[in-house]
Amino acid sequence: MNGPIVDARGLHKHFGALHVLRGVDLKVAERELVFVIGPSGSGKSTLLRCLNRLEEPSAGRVVVDGIDMLDPRTDINHARQRIGMVFQSFNLYPHMTALGNVTLALRKVAGKSRAEADALGRAALERVGLGDRAGHTPGQLSGGQQQRVAIARAIALEPRVMLFDEPTSALDPELVGSVLEVMRSLRESGMTMIVVSHEMGFARNAADRVVFMDEGAIVEEGPPAAIFAKPTHERTRAFISQIQRH
Amino acid sequence: MIQSFFNPEIIVASWPIVRAGLLNTVLLSLLVVPLGLFGGLILALLASVKHPAVRWPLMAWVDFFRAFPPLVLLILLFAGLPFAGLELGGFVCVAIAFFLNTGAYYGEILRAGIDSVPGGQIEAARSTGLSRLQAMTSVVLPQAVRNVLPDLLSNTLEVVKLTALGSVVAVPELLYQARQAQSLTYNPTPIVVAAIIYFLMLWPAVRLLSRLENRAFAGP
Repeated sequence: MNGPIVDARGLHKHFGALHVLRGVDLKVAERELVFVIGPSGSGKSTLLRCLNRLEEPSAGRVVVDGIDMLDPRTDINHARQRIGMVFQSFNLYPHMTALGNVTLALRKVAGKSRAEADALGRAALERVGLGDRAGHTPGQLSGGQQQRVAIARAIALEPRVMLFDEPTSALDPELVGSVLEVMRSLRESGMTMIVVSHEMGFARNAADRVVFMDEGAIVEEGPPAAIFAKPTHERTRAFISQIQRH
Repeated sequence: MIQSFFNPEIIVASWPIVRAGLLNTVLLSLLVVPLGLFGGLILALLASVKHPAVRWPLMAWVDFFRAFPPLVLLILLFAGLPFAGLELGGFVCVAIAFFLNTGAYYGEILRAGIDSVPGGQIEAARSTGLSRLQAMTSVVLPQAVRNVLPDLLSNTLEVVKLTALGSVVAVPELLYQARQAQSLTYNPTPIVVAAIIYFLMLWPAVRLLSRLENRAFAGP
């Protein structure tokens, strides 16, 4: 039995006077899909961003794939290749083509030749259904397509775990489906995923575990059926009934 | 009138002198523009370091050299440094003065450009493992330069015009050579020729700048 891929313990994060994370423990097993839900400002995104150290935790420990992320001796740029991240606002590089976006880190960080990187990049675009859009710039793509390119950019590096930070929140409703479909196929290929999102339908039928956060702490967690059908905490209940009213 | 301001014989006679000046102005521009851009780039990159030990000296540096008249700076270097046992010659003094002065201006422009690139761009690059410097050079700077291209070009026009300051410290650029020709021929025609050359040299860039600025107003 392997240990967890992601093992975060006692995470705290302060932004000035704001105590955003108040002692979060999160373990994620290989091939697991963990869904993080909670009201805005509950610390979900900060938690994700602490896992790849885009945010420096104020206290705690983060081990990803056996690498101590907070150890000053860790080569963070190398470690981050194992952790793909997808952002709410896509953050594609607008001055590059889709293929350029996907291959930049392959060339600069993974040290691939241009030919190798292009081949891997095209394969990644193929996986998100955009093989025919390699030469398009982000401005020429729809929001859903841009987010899929962003997913391709992350998976091209063959990460051990993928972090999704509200991947569909900036999309028009009719474009959400295509992104969720790509996420579903990623899941089927065995990718370990941590997803912060309000797509409860997706959580219900794709997640292994749902984690409910409020005020910087994990309030409760469990299989989606249990969390959605009979949450044990009042705050979870209130949040879920509020979400489902929409 | 034509005899004294646009005398054909004098144009022909003084042309070799003026031509040498033109050549030197072009060479001087080709030296000081990249030098200023390089200085500006260093300042702009340093500006992204938020540490107070970098920030305050940097701000003082930029403020100082933007407030200090470049002509005074140039004369100070040229006439002052020999007293410190350092005789650098006009050309090197011009290079240093421009590096300091125009570097500060280019630096502010590039810094504004870097600030105009959303923070998510760096985060995306860093999340794929790019170092801070790689993210800067591959992702941020290309967008930053594009965003401030009109300002960079405008400043470059100023820099080319400012190369005429070299005449004060006997750098044989266009204005200096034209004045030499003027005093040799007792006729202002070479100065008029120099003025026309400056105009012809810079006018296409001014046109290009207007077009860039109009495009910027029209949106992406």
